[in-house]
Amino acid sequence: MSIAVEALCHTYHPGTPLETRALDDVSLQCGRGEWLSIVGHTGSGKSTLAQHLNGILFPDSGTVSVDGMQVVEKSPNMRDIRRAVGLVFQYPEQQLFAEDVMEELSFAPTNWGVQSDRIAPLASAALSMVGLDDSYLARSPLNLSGGEKRKIAIASVLAGEPSYLVLDEPTAGLDSWSRRELTDLLARLKKEGTGIILVTHDLDIALNLSDSILMLDRGRSAAFGAPSEIMRYLVANSVPGLRLPDIAALSAAIGRSDPAAPLTWDRAELKRWIKARETGGRRP
Amino acid sequence: MKFLNNLTFGQYVPADSPVHSLDPRCKILAVPVVLTGIFMAGHVAAFAAWAGLLAALAWYSRLPFRLVLNSAKPVLILVAFTALIHIFFTDGTPILKLGFVTITREGVAAAAQMGLRLLLLVLFASFLTLTTKPMELSDGLERLFSPLVRFGFPAHELAMMMTIALRFIPTLLTETDRIMKAQLARGASFDRGSLWKRLKAFIPVLIPLFVIVFQRAEELATAMEARCYRGGEGRTRMRPLRWSGRDTAALAATVAVVVALAAGERSLLP
Repeated sequence: MSIAVEALCHTYHPGTPLETRALDDVSLQCGRGEWLSIVGHTGSGKSTLAQHLNGILFPDSGTVSVDGMQVVEKSPNMRDIRRAVGLVFQYPEQQLFAEDVMEELSFAPTNWGVQSDRIAPLASAALSMVGLDDSYLARSPLNLSGGEKRKIAIASVLAGEPSYLVLDEPTAGLDSWSRRELTDLLARLKKEGTGIILVTHDLDIALNLSDSILMLDRGRSAAFGAPSEIMRYLVANSVPGLRLPDIAALSAAIGRSDPAAPLTWDRAELKRWIKARETGGRRP
Repeated sequence: MKFLNNLTFGQYVPADSPVHSLDPRCKILAVPVVLTGIFMAGHVAAFAAWAGLLAALAWYSRLPFRLVLNSAKPVLILVAFTALIHIFFTDGTPILKLGFVTITREGVAAAAQMGLRLLLLVLFASFLTLTTKPMELSDGLERLFSPLVRFGFPAHELAMMMTIALRFIPTLLTETDRIMKAQLARGASFDRGSLWKRLKAFIPVLIPLFVIVFQRAEELATAMEARCYRGGEGRTRMRPLRWSGRDTAALAATVAVVVALAAGERSLLP
């Protein structure tokens, strides 16, 4: 049970002056209960890739499959695919349309044909997952604050009970507190068995929380592997638009003068090593 | 899935041609002249002459002829509809009887005439937008209407509205595409069920779109005010339009061609 992408290529506006190669030979894999982060700078094809994962866009060549179902145009399983893979677009609060939050949250379950007596509990559960209580159900989503709107939009996807959650830059424009709340929610969902695919340019989040990272550079896969491998790659190669988090950059800088230093993005680990070195250095 | 990523027909095509570099006012004034000419044409030979002129104009504008023809695509249905109406509802000598419908010789002739006329009208008119930047176009209109300002006609405001509207068409198409995709991901379907169901399926697209449009308008207004925009009075331009001898010549040539063709058709053909 996983999402698998094999040698995916996608070209926008083929055969016109606007033709652009958005994705070129990209592969990835993410199982349920795993967290994959897709990183890269603006225009590297991250969002295009995300839209392939639930059949909004289709590959020109290569394959995408979800739990063994091929994602192709006019697939008989399209509803199952879209239901299995919840997709949260960039600035999802802009897609809110309903008169009240309850209607907004029941949109996805209703479309998936969930029995009507099950919808209210699903909506309520999704709302509590994003940290809001049932008093919001009767309010108009358009009158909420920016952060609350974002939460409602994410809850409206969660209410469809997806097995995988694909999020395109969900932390863009959020304050650090809301960002933390969101990453905590994703970590909890992952633990409960949802596959998380996070599109981001925040390497700090990607390194700290992912099981694996796919790095895109101008539509090509630059690196794919565990966070530690990606970290090593980033120290050895500079990738335009991606900056190492401060702790990681510091540890890399120390590593250049002292090869024994650990390559890490973990504050506590680096601190331990520096402490150990200091006490070691004082020894006669 | 392809939603709205087609290039719009009749959209400006940049090229380095004598037609592109004409003053927009010259082109705007030439359009009604040419359209009058086409309305006066009735004989096959006259239509052939206009078609020849169309090809010549395309060549002179350095535009691929196919692209020019493409700009008539959106009105093909209208052309076909008009032609059909003429075929079925013109009295005269019957040549074919299908039940209660009678097709007459005059009907077929009128249909061909109207169809060709409409097509030529659209094709010639499309040269205006194909060879003129939207900005130049609204500049030209503003200058042409400026004599009416003293009677309270809001020439500058209209031109500004037109510029902004044109500027936002591609932006709104992108936004619509994005919202449709987002609702699709939440299980909406736009191509299934009855007509009523399909129309209802667009509510989750239209409402967010309206919200975005009003937000954008608000932001644009603030940005314009922050740059001290206050309307047309006393406003200077970065690139003032310049009417040259070439423009006069081009306009005169257009009038001459129209008059010559009309006179020729009257006197030479029965």
